Amino acid sequence: MGLGLLASKAMRPASRIFNSQNPRNFLFRTIVSKPELQKPETSAAQAQPDPPPVDLPPRTPVAGARVHFPNPDDAIEVFVDGYPVKIPKGMTVLQACEVAGVDIPRFCYHSRLSIAGNCRMCLVEVEKSPKPVASCAMPALPGMKIKTDTPVAKKAREGVMEFLLMNHPLDCPICDQGGECDLQDQSMAFGSDRGRFTEMKRSVVDKNLGPLVKTVMTRCIQCTRCVRFATEVAGVQDLGMLGRGSGEEIGTYVEKLMTSELSGNVIDICPVGALTSKPFAFKARNWELKGTESIDVTDAVGSNIRIDSRGPEVMRIVPRLNEDINEEWISDKTRFCYDGLKRQRLNDPMIRGADGRFKVVSWRDALAVVAEVAHQVKPEEIVGVAGKLSDAESMMALKDFLNRMGSNNIWCEGTGMNPNADLRSGYLMNTSIAGLEKADVFLLVGTQPRVEAAMVNARIRKTVRANQAKVGYIGPETDLNYDHQHLGTGPQTLLEIAERRHPFYSTLANAKHPVIIVGAGLFEREDKDTIFSTVETIAENAKVVRPDWNGLNVLLLNAAQAAALDLGLVPESGNSIESAKFVYLMGADDVNLDKIPGDAFVVYQGHHGDRSVYRANVIFPAAAFSEKEGIYENTEGYAQQTFPAVPTVGDARDDWKIIRALSEVAGIKLPYDSLGAIRARIRTVAPNLVHLDEREPATFTASLKPASSQKITLTPFENVVENFYMTDSITRASKIMAQCSALLTKK
Amino acid sequence: MISNGLNSATYPEIVSASASQISLSTELRSLLLAELNSSWSSTMLARLAAQRLAEIRQVFRQPIRSFSTALNYHIDSPDNNPDLLWEFSDANKEKVKEIISQYPSNYKQSAVIPLLDLAQQQHGGWLPVSAMNAVAKVIEVAPIRVYEVATFYSMFNRTKVGKYHLLVCGTTPCMIRGSREIKDTLLKHLGVKRNEVTKDGLFSVGEMECMGCCVNAPMITVADYSNGSEGYTYNYYEDVTPQRVVEIVEILKRGEKLPPGTQNPRRIRSGPEGGNTTLLGEPKPPPCRDLDAC
Ligand code: SF4
Ligand code: FES
Ligand code: FES
Repeated sequence: MGLGLLASKAMRPASRIFNSQNPRNFLFRTIVSKPELQKPETSAAQAQPDPPPVDLPPRTPVAGARVHFPNPDDAIEVFVDGYPVKIPKGMTVLQACEVAGVDIPRFCYHSRLSIAGNCRMCLVEVEKSPKPVASCAMPALPGMKIKTDTPVAKKAREGVMEFLLMNHPLDCPICDQGGECDLQDQSMAFGSDRGRFTEMKRSVVDKNLGPLVKTVMTRCIQCTRCVRFATEVAGVQDLGMLGRGSGEEIGTYVEKLMTSELSGNVIDICPVGALTSKPFAFKARNWELKGTESIDVTDAVGSNIRIDSRGPEVMRIVPRLNEDINEEWISDKTRFCYDGLKRQRLNDPMIRGADGRFKVVSWRDALAVVAEVAHQVKPEEIVGVAGKLSDAESMMALKDFLNRMGSNNIWCEGTGMNPNADLRSGYLMNTSIAGLEKADVFLLVGTQPRVEAAMVNARIRKTVRANQAKVGYIGPETDLNYDHQHLGTGPQTLLEIAERRHPFYSTLANAKHPVIIVGAGLFEREDKDTIFSTVETIAENAKVVRPDWNGLNVLLLNAAQAAALDLGLVPESGNSIESAKFVYLMGADDVNLDKIPGDAFVVYQGHHGDRSVYRANVIFPAAAFSEKEGIYENTEGYAQQTFPAVPTVGDARDDWKIIRALSEVAGIKLPYDSLGAIRARIRTVAPNLVHLDEREPATFTASLKPASSQKITLTPFENVVENFYMTDSITRASKIMAQCSALLTKK
Repeated sequence: MISNGLNSATYPEIVSASASQISLSTELRSLLLAELNSSWSSTMLARLAAQRLAEIRQVFRQPIRSFSTALNYHIDSPDNNPDLLWEFSDANKEKVKEIISQYPSNYKQSAVIPLLDLAQQQHGGWLPVSAMNAVAKVIEVAPIRVYEVATFYSMFNRTKVGKYHLLVCGTTPCMIRGSREIKDTLLKHLGVKRNEVTKDGLFSVGEMECMGCCVNAPMITVADYSNGSEGYTYNYYEDVTPQRVVEIVEILKRGEKLPPGTQNPRRIRSGPEGGNTTLLGEPKPPPCRDLDAC
C-alpha cells in the first residue's frame, strides 16, 4: 500500500468506511480471502448446479494450434471451461486448453523446449484437485474438467504475478523489450495494480555473452528458457542457473561467451528484457517498426524472416514461424547481418577511367558503354556469373540476355564447372528439412551443416536428441554439436562404405530411415561425378532411396543455387572464363578473379562494394534482398519470395530491370518488362519456381546417369565455409559479423 | 504526511515511529478501540500514515539484501582459476571409483554431490573452479552442470575459508530471533566481510539456510577444519547471543574445543528453559488402542 493508496482510501465516501463491518480490516493489508477462494471444491460445487450449456460457441484454437492424432484410439476428451475437446493422450492440460481456444498465460513453457514448470504462471483449476495445477506440466487425463476463468485460477495468477514482479525492476521505459514483453502484457492482463512488497529489490550482475546478446540480468524471472534452449536446441552447454533462492541467477559462472550459431534466438524466447539484442539496443521501439515478411538469403535454407524497418533503414530481422523450414529459429548470421545492408553500398553507376579510378556516370552512359563492348567481342567470349544472392528473376534475365548475345557461358557461383542440372533429385534435399526428423541414421559426406546451413543442423540435432539417430561424418575435423562418429576425411572412407567394408555400412543398411547428405562443396571437385556415383552406390546398396523414402540429399550452400540449377544455368564449357573477353558478374564476389584475363572487360552488377569491384570496369548498382521482390528456392526445393522492406539505395535498380534495360540498349530487347511477365517466362522454364510457398519435390527418378569414367582422387574433403559469419557480400560488409568472427570463431 | 495537529500531539510515539512494528500495531488496535466513538476516522488515517512511515523507514534501515551463497560467478584469482591443474589424489581416485560404482553407468552424473564433497575435502575445505571442472570430467557432463550444483548448496565453499568457517543461519526463525545482529557482531569482531578469511587464516563467516535447529534459534554452525579437511566436523552452537558468539570465537581462537549444542545454560538440548513443563508423566495411550474396550 502506497501513500497514494492511503490517500485515495481516505477520499472515498465516508459512508463506505462506516458501513464496513470490521473497521480493523483497514489497518492491515488488504488480503482478500473469501471462503470460496480457499476451498476450490466448494466453489466448484457452487458452479456445478447450472448444467453445462449445450451449444457453446465454437472456439478457434490458439494460434492455429493443430491437433495431430498419431493413433485415433488414443483420443481422450477433456472439458475446458465446460467446452469438450478431443485431444490425443499425453497432451498437457495447457495444450488441451490451447486446442480449446483458451490461451493460458505462461513464462517458462515453450512448445519446443522441455517442460520446466517453474514459473507457475499457468495455474488453472482442475475439478477435484485440491490446489490449482500448473497446466504446462500436468498431463491431461480423460474427463478432466479444467477451469481457466474461475476466481481460484484468477487469484492464483495474480499471486504468481505479484511474486514475479517483486524483484523485477521498474525499468520498462528504458527496456528494449518494452512493447513486446510477455511480462508486461501478462501483468496487464492478469496482474494486480499494486504489490505488497516493500523490501529492497534484488539486483544481479550482468553477464557478458558476446557481441550479440545483451544482458540485463536484474530483469530475469528465472524461467530457464534460455538455459533449456542453449542445452537442447543450440547444443552448447554454457548457460546455467546458478545459486539458490532469491539469489538465483542465470549465468555461465566462468567468463564465457555464448559460442553458438543460434544464440540470437534466446533474445526471442526470453519472455522479459533480460536477454535482448545488443546491436539493436536503444535503436528503436518495436511499435515504430514496419514489419515485412520476407526470406533470408544468407544460406540455402531460406529461413522465413520478418524485416523490421523504420523509414529507409532495416532495424532488425526476426524469425517467422515456418514448421517446414526453420521452425521458429534463425541463425545468428540471418538475424544480425542487417547492418551490412547499410555499409559499402553501391549507389551510382560507375565506370573505371583511364586512371584506374571510378567515375560516377548516368545509367544511360553506363549501359551504352557496356552494350557497345558486348557487341565487340565474340559470343563465345562472353561469360556471365550469377552471385550467391541472386534471385530467380534476375538469373532468368541474365541467361536470356546472354543467350541472345549468342553465349551460353553462364553459371551460378558454387555450382562448379559442370553441374548436373538434369535431374532435380541430384541437387536437392530430397528428404526435405522437416522430413529429416524421421531419420535414424545420418551420413554426412563432405558437409558441415553447422556452418553451411545452421537450421538444417538444428533439425539434425533435434533428430539425434529425439530418435537417438546415429551420425557418421566424412570430412575434415569439425565441431558438430551432437554426437557423431568421424568416419574419415576423404573419398577413401566413402569407397570403403560403398564396398561394404566399413562398419558404418551395416548401420546405414539396417536403418529404417537412412539419410545421406552430400555437401554442395563437392561440386567444385574435379572428381565430383565419381564421388556422386559412389554415393549413389551406397544409397542403392543400403536402400536409402525407396518408393516411400528418399534419403539421398544434397545440401546446397547458397540461396541462388537451387533456382540457378532449375533454370539451367550451366556453363557450356568448363574453362570459358579463362578466355573470356566480356565478363558479366551479377553479384558474384567469390569467383576466382585471377582467372579472368587481364584484358577482359568486367561488368559488376551488385549491391555491395565487395571483392569483385576491384576488378570491375563498370559497376551497376543493384538492390539487395531487403529492397526487392524476388523468388528464391531453398535447398529442399521450396520456392519463396522476398518482399521489399526498405527503398533502394541511391540510384540502384532491381537486378532483372538492369539487364532488361541493357538488352534494350544493346538492341536485343528482352520480351518482358514487368515482374509478372518475367515470372511467366520463368514458368516456361521451371514452373516449380513460381509455385510459391510450396515444396516441389524432385520427381522420383532412378539414377539414369551414365557411369562416370573419372578417376576418384584421394584428396580429403575440405572445409567449404571457413567462417560461418562471413560468407557473402552482405555479411562481409557487416560490422556485427566482423565482431562475431573476431570473438566467436574458434581459432 | 497526512495528519492533523491534534493527532500528532496526542500520540507522539506513533509519529516518531521508533517502536517495532508489531508492538506498534497492537498498540494501535487498543487505542483504536478506545477511541472508536470519537472522531476515529481521521485518527485512523493518521495512524495508518504513521504506520506507513514506519514501514518506509524500516526499508531504509535494513541492510542491503544478502544471499546465503557467495557470489554466483567466478572471478579469476591466482589460487582459483580454470588454468590451474587439479586432480583427485590417488587415494581419492579409489573413492571416486567407489562412489561412481553406486550409480547406474548411464546416470553417472548423480554422483556429482558426493564427488564435490570429496573434492572439497581434498582441497582444504573449499572448491576452486578447477576442482569443479575435474568433477565434471569424471562424471562426463558440461562444467556448467557442476557449477549449478555447487552454487546451489551453501555447504560447498567456492572461495577460501578459514580453519573455522562460521555459518550463521539466516532463515526466518533465526532471523526473527536476531541472527542479523549475530552476523554483524561476528563480522565486526573479526574485522572481515562475508566470505572473507581473517588474516591469520583462522576464521571466515558465511551464511546458511535453515539447519533444522529453529527451536533453538538463533544458531550458528562452525565448520571445523582444524583436524584437516578430511576430519572436518560441522558443530552447531545454538541459542547464541551476540556476546556468546564473540566468546565462542575467542575460545576457538585459543585452540580450545567447545562441545556443540545450546549455549543457554538453562536449557537442556531443545527442551524448554528451566526444565520440561509438559509430558511429565507417561502419556495415556489413545483409546482405540485398547482393543478389549471395543
Ligand atoms: S534470462 Fe530470460 S529466458 Fe533466461 S531465465 Fe531469465 S527470463 Fe528466462
Ligand atoms: S508455464 Fe507452467 S509453470 Fe511456467
Ligand atoms: S531457521 Fe535457523 S535453524 Fe531453522
